[in-house]
Amino acid sequence: MKAGATDLPVLKPFRAAPIAPSGLAAPALLSAGLVAGTAIVFAASLAVAQASGPAARDGAVTILWRWAPLIFQGFLFNLLISFLSMALGTAVGVLFGIGQVSPSAALRKPAWAATQFFRNAPWLVLLFYAMFLLPFEIRLGPVTIAFPAWIKAIIGLALPVAANVSEIVRGGIRSIPSGQWESAEALAFTRRQTMWMIILPQAFKRMIPPWMNLYAILTMATTLISVVGIQDGLTVTRAALVAESRPELMLPMYLLLLLMFFAYCYPIARLTMALERRFNVKG
Amino acid sequence: MIAAFFERLNDTQGLNFSIFYDAFDRSRFLTGLWTTTYICVVSILASLAIGLIGVWVAGSGSRLGRLVVRIYVQFFRNTPPLVQLSFFYFAVGSMLPTVSDGFGGQSPLVSGTGWAIIAFSLFAGAFNVEIFRAGIEAVPETMVEAAESLGYTRFQLWRQIVLPLAFRICLPALNNNLVNLVKTTTLAYAIGVPELLYAASQIWSEMFNVREMMNVLLVVYVLLVAVLVWVMHRWEKAMRIPGYMP
Repeated sequence: MKAGATDLPVLKPFRAAPIAPSGLAAPALLSAGLVAGTAIVFAASLAVAQASGPAARDGAVTILWRWAPLIFQGFLFNLLISFLSMALGTAVGVLFGIGQVSPSAALRKPAWAATQFFRNAPWLVLLFYAMFLLPFEIRLGPVTIAFPAWIKAIIGLALPVAANVSEIVRGGIRSIPSGQWESAEALAFTRRQTMWMIILPQAFKRMIPPWMNLYAILTMATTLISVVGIQDGLTVTRAALVAESRPELMLPMYLLLLLMFFAYCYPIARLTMALERRFNVKG
Repeated sequence: MIAAFFERLNDTQGLNFSIFYDAFDRSRFLTGLWTTTYICVVSILASLAIGLIGVWVAGSGSRLGRLVVRIYVQFFRNTPPLVQLSFFYFAVGSMLPTVSDGFGGQSPLVSGTGWAIIAFSLFAGAFNVEIFRAGIEAVPETMVEAAESLGYTRFQLWRQIVLPLAFRICLPALNNNLVNLVKTTTLAYAIGVPELLYAASQIWSEMFNVREMMNVLLVVYVLLVAVLVWVMHRWEKAMRIPGYMP
């Protein structure tokens, strides 16, 4: 609390969950409505495509059914990329986050600068950066490590993830009251012990909701790899549309892909909100 | 002077910053920068309008209105913006009629830039609805009741009491979202809108200076975001509610 500010309850606390279902009305009823609404839009577009297509050729439903497994495979590849980038990004991000609260300025300032830089650069530009500027193989003496495009894409997506994880870790550590640090010091814990045994276990559960939120954002960002020429769900969808060359199919086909992402990300969002609420109560 | 310096840098060090000495590349780059700025500004304004309308409809008594806003918000927040953009540009765009461009050709009703603005506004607008809602919920009911007892209509109440307070409360969250929007504009590259990333990629594929352009690009975007963050922070400070500490 800054000097000069009162602690009178002038206004209620501001709670905007980054990606979380809103409390606009009764959740159960509206969730059903939400699913029904999207299903209706999808079915309507499909019906229009079915009706307007040429009678002599396959119907829209048949074509969609034929391509759906392939699109789903592409979507699964998106998920694979998202797992791997999240793992890499989290590992690097935690180190940077701890670096950001380090007592030594030589460690703190570079960690802060790197975090801010990668957090504020667009994801697509960072992805381009990784794709074009990483070598396709690294020679370490006799060993040659190949860098195929998808590994470079994982690294490119992990850069902004690491920066965001770093901020989450910093925020989580900062949210632990300083009394914890002081009592640990009084009990003769070293700084490393305090961090690993006292602060991080407590901060951990506060980091989980924003971390999951970041994961949902990353999953949606994995479609960017189609821009740099890797075969993912979006690429397959486009290829399918080109192969069929039926313009009336575009609407349902893209909606199908959108629905796949929605079906994956929406439960994550609900879970994030549920966890957030639970951890809030325990404080 | 600057041009001469970068030309020498190219000759002696092989660092080819062509945008600083080549007039054609510079104009392409600046056009890209302008397009990015244009998309950003229009999308920011439109997304704010969408957020306000959405939260107004969601807060009104109509059940159908609430449902529609909720479906809109959840759908746009939980699907990839790139797929949304492709959906709008390729699927919806192909269904709209074309118009004559006056030279005997046919051009689409909404250009790529237009679709980019529409898609980004809807994407950021979905987040804004949620942010505004949280801000409005932070305004105590007693204040609303007091205003109601003074005879305020719903519109007056919103304009003069709820929104000024809610806006100040949600400004930090709004900043985050707007910064995100600026970063999202790079996606317009995928549908061939000549924005900054697209201009840069054209330059590097002709001049073979990927490394230099890539670094310039990264720095320009970070600067662009830094300017936005700085302006919004100043504004936040100027608008802060005395005694309110979130």
